[in-house]
Amino acid sequence: MDQLLKMLEDDATLTPEQIALMCEKEVGDIRSLIKKYEKEGVILGYKTIIDWDKTDREYVSALIELKVTPQRDRGFDKVAEKIYNYPEVQSLYLMSGSFDLAVFIEGKTMREVAYFVAQKLAPLEYIQATATHFILRKYKDKGVIYGTVEVDERGNII
Amino acid sequence: MMDYANILSQTVQNIKPSGIRKFFDLLEHMEDVVALTVGQPDFATPWHIREAGIASLEQGKTYYTSNAGTLDLRVAITEYLERRFALRYQAEKEIIVTVGGSEAIDLAFRALIEPGDEVIIPTPSFVCYGPIAELCHGVPVYIETKAKDNFKLTADDLRAAITPRTKLLVLPFPNNPTGAIMTREELEEIAAVLRGTNIIVLSDEIYAELTYGRRHVSIATLDGMAERTIIASGFSKAYAMTGWRLGYIAAPAPLTKQMLKIHQYALMCAPTTSQIAAIEAMRNGDDDIAYMAAEYNRRRRYIVKGLRDIGLSCFEPEGAFYVFPRIGDFGLSSDEFCERLLTQNRVAIVPGTAFGAGGEGFARISYAYSVKHITEALERMGNFIQTLT
Repeated sequence: MDQLLKMLEDDATLTPEQIALMCEKEVGDIRSLIKKYEKEGVILGYKTIIDWDKTDREYVSALIELKVTPQRDRGFDKVAEKIYNYPEVQSLYLMSGSFDLAVFIEGKTMREVAYFVAQKLAPLEYIQATATHFILRKYKDKGVIYGTVEVDERGNII
Repeated sequence: MMDYANILSQTVQNIKPSGIRKFFDLLEHMEDVVALTVGQPDFATPWHIREAGIASLEQGKTYYTSNAGTLDLRVAITEYLERRFALRYQAEKEIIVTVGGSEAIDLAFRALIEPGDEVIIPTPSFVCYGPIAELCHGVPVYIETKAKDNFKLTADDLRAAITPRTKLLVLPFPNNPTGAIMTREELEEIAAVLRGTNIIVLSDEIYAELTYGRRHVSIATLDGMAERTIIASGFSKAYAMTGWRLGYIAAPAPLTKQMLKIHQYALMCAPTTSQIAAIEAMRNGDDDIAYMAAEYNRRRRYIVKGLRDIGLSCFEPEGAFYVFPRIGDFGLSSDEFCERLLTQNRVAIVPGTAFGAGGEGFARISYAYSVKHITEALERMGNFIQTLT
């Protein structure tokens, strides 16, 4: 049921009871459907979107482009596996175009990120080149626009 | 000292200000209120439509258009009406682009009503029909629709209200505030009463895109009805464009010809920026409508069940974005109920009495709000109702 997935993707705090009401389904059916999706790995997790810039937390994030020599039979998978196991790596995508892997990482400082690239990523076997781009500002992520707080400005007109 | 009371038009002075204003004033000065009062979408206008408006300003399209609206937009409107509702109108002669659906309603009254003409208005309904009739020196004749009829207009009630002075029937469906709609069969019964009379129908179809489970049927699609129907509609609810102030009239050419004169002298033309954005809406906005209507439908199911669970009986609304639960079983008038709910538990809903006869014992609740917001309101309302029982 795509509708259920879309609703949860938009708002993971919706309860099965709420979803059942909104879709005119039985709560039990919604619960078992969610369980099934979780078991099959369709639903992989539930997270909260936080604007860390509004907190005291010091952090810096970066996009690192990697050029990789693919391996016989395994393509990019083996290298990818090595990379995504680092907890610093937030996201990892195989890309078309001028580079192969896009790595999003987070660290406390630019130095920490630079160190991670130089010490951990660059020396990996099959890596030909890296390019590090620090993220200066997040405007929108996961469909959510950053820096704005919604205020209901609608006039009371009947 | 100026004696304003003697200077001002007696007709205008006799019009009662909207009773709900007082309630809204109270609301505006309170903190931590969860309001379910707003009668407009909580979506912003879809970006591609806003972009079309912005681009028109960048290109310096800041002139007046022709009085009836740009032909491009009128063509887009006729194509839209045919595609969505099987309505056939000629762009050149039968469409006027107006400043909101409200102006469309105003034009219809002003073009038709002579002093003493009677206007049949089903209630509860949107607040403007009676006062506009009075401004035209017409006589509003109210028909109270009832919960037992699911707030629909019945042919018997209509027949009983018709007199030789009846000029106009307002048909406000999908209905604000009740959420009632009229099916094709029910409209056929109304049409049967009207055929062979000279009564014109003003069909206010502003909520036509927001029906749940079945498509809206316009009375103008029934045999012999297009010639006696004025459709007033607009962009506000379907495309979340309330602030753009854009609507339209679709009606037989002899009627639009006269209405256009009023529009021309009162307003010249509808805002140009809005007209250009509206073309984009009509040509490429069907998906936006589907998205928003699906969202409203989820909230509708949620709130109807939620209200029933806290002990309010609630008829199943099939259109617009309002529910109209019964609140009259606790020994309080609608006004008292809503005022106490606001002051004690900080939830604002609109007493049904604001929408005319038949509203006592009910309240209008808008679900043009997020599920989180609705959940909080339901919880507070549940607590309030427990103090009453």
